[in-house]
Amino acid sequence: MKKLINESDSVVDEMLEGMLTAHDLRRVEDTETVVRSDAPVEGKVGLVSGGGSGHEPTHAGYIGDGMLDGAAAGEVFTSPTADQLSELIQACDGGEGVFCVIKNYEGDVMNFETAIEMAEMEADTEVETVVVDDDVAVEDSLYTSGRRGVCGTIFVHKVAGAMAHQGGDLAEIKRVAEKATENVGTMGMALTSCVTPEKGEPTFELGAEEIELGIGIHGEPGTERTEVMPADEITDHLTEAVLEDLDLEEGAEVATIVNGMGGTPLMELYVVNRRLQTILDDHGLEVWDEWVGDYMTSLDMMGCSITVLALDDELKELLAAPAETPGLTVTE
Amino acid sequence: MSGDTRQTEAVHDAIEAIADRLADEKEYLTELDSAIGDADHGANMNRGFQAARDRVAETDGDPAELVKTAGVALVSEVGGASGPLYGGSLLKASQELDDGLTAETTIAFAERYLETVEERGKASVGDKTMVDALTPAVHTYKKSIEVDDCEPIEALGKAVDAARRGVEFTTPLRAKKGRASYLGWRSVGHQDPGATSTLYLLEELLDVATEYENGEVAVDAEADIDPDELPEPDAEDVPVDGGD
Repeated sequence: MKKLINESDSVVDEMLEGMLTAHDLRRVEDTETVVRSDAPVEGKVGLVSGGGSGHEPTHAGYIGDGMLDGAAAGEVFTSPTADQLSELIQACDGGEGVFCVIKNYEGDVMNFETAIEMAEMEADTEVETVVVDDDVAVEDSLYTSGRRGVCGTIFVHKVAGAMAHQGGDLAEIKRVAEKATENVGTMGMALTSCVTPEKGEPTFELGAEEIELGIGIHGEPGTERTEVMPADEITDHLTEAVLEDLDLEEGAEVATIVNGMGGTPLMELYVVNRRLQTILDDHGLEVWDEWVGDYMTSLDMMGCSITVLALDDELKELLAAPAETPGLTVTE
Repeated sequence: MSGDTRQTEAVHDAIEAIADRLADEKEYLTELDSAIGDADHGANMNRGFQAARDRVAETDGDPAELVKTAGVALVSEVGGASGPLYGGSLLKASQELDDGLTAETTIAFAERYLETVEERGKASVGDKTMVDALTPAVHTYKKSIEVDDCEPIEALGKAVDAARRGVEFTTPLRAKKGRASYLGWRSVGHQDPGATSTLYLLEELLDVATEYENGEVAVDAEADIDPDELPEPDAEDVPVDGGD
């Protein structure tokens, strides 16, 4: 299939080159790691994330005031290696330690754990972490590696980033990052498979009249394949799955994301959001903030995910705090 | 030749031997992995150990330093979960070799390696992972020395036998960790690639240790054998998932 690339081997590197000139970012020498140009910021906990590429604007697109200090870019859908993550951690340590937001995939978790040991051995860097596992499609059981980390991670970046920006220490950042993680759920669906640069063909086959529910963000198959349905019906499916998992009381306040998977027209995302807000209203939930757009993508996949975060006063304040990044801007 | 020099050379030889072996077994490991994983274990391990061989060849240092160098090379070159599992564990366990290679330090090395793999991969015996080869090997090595009074070289031989039985034991198991676990019952009937590559690492350690023990490389009593680490390898198995 056609792709707007040069060579599949150089996609990640060339993407980073393009980001560096467009935004206020700096590349850590000899790595695929990008940090804010003034990193490390003295006197502030460094906030970092990282993972495979193909989810843009995740991860480097959330670097900036009020969110991440740096991010490591692995190959497409492949965890960055531990030595790269260790470089990232050390580059973002302004003396107050570094906090890592990790999505729950075995490769990511293990490479971060190894990186943290390396950073501690080499530079005595103090590190804390949160592992985000918001995908309600995957059952958390003894026989799986647990729920995946998907679009809810962006809320965690925002909340932890605001706390770090306000001068919170590692323990305070961990507390709010865990609070957000425990109160967020996401469910996604695909109209088409993504096509990776390397393979050049759809990762999974989906018939012209079929959709896949409960998909991940790497072209993993979902939990259920059905006939294509109208947007409202799809939205009902996704939302009910998330609400069932969160089990909120009537009157609870929430923030929502209707996230595009990379190949979905914004028009369609708004159609989904319209229905989402109706459903939440029917459940007696108060929607305090709603985001619509591409936040956590899966290359060129057509489809969307719905994320709901249950709020308290502290989370509301942190979500509302200013942020200025390529992928998300919040103004006072 | 001093004992220290011999130990250093033994470690160089061991890493060299493992790199050669993985190059030879690349296709077979990939074949095992394509049945229940993502078909890259052979290529990843081969790439990692070729890098380890190159970097260690350029390194002067004691055994602990060399093993650490190999670990860092694996971490940066293998990728996915195998990098942390094989490389990160080597890196951590290398700290146990600061006093050189003796029966005591190699037991500590082996135990630390196993412990790191178990913690990082959150895997136990029976999950169909490298732990199934590593655990019997490490336990057998320790017991043979501490309880049965075996010489380390003999203990290592028994450890390799134990690992081999562990690898065979993975075939009928249902995978509970790693990509293979997503297959559920369909993972039954396939030998685990990570346990298999772990066995190769151990077999090569035994080979090199035996050469040194037989005096082909001079000897000095007291150095107990093993080049390196012993247990090192490990497997991957654990799978990994995507990343992202």
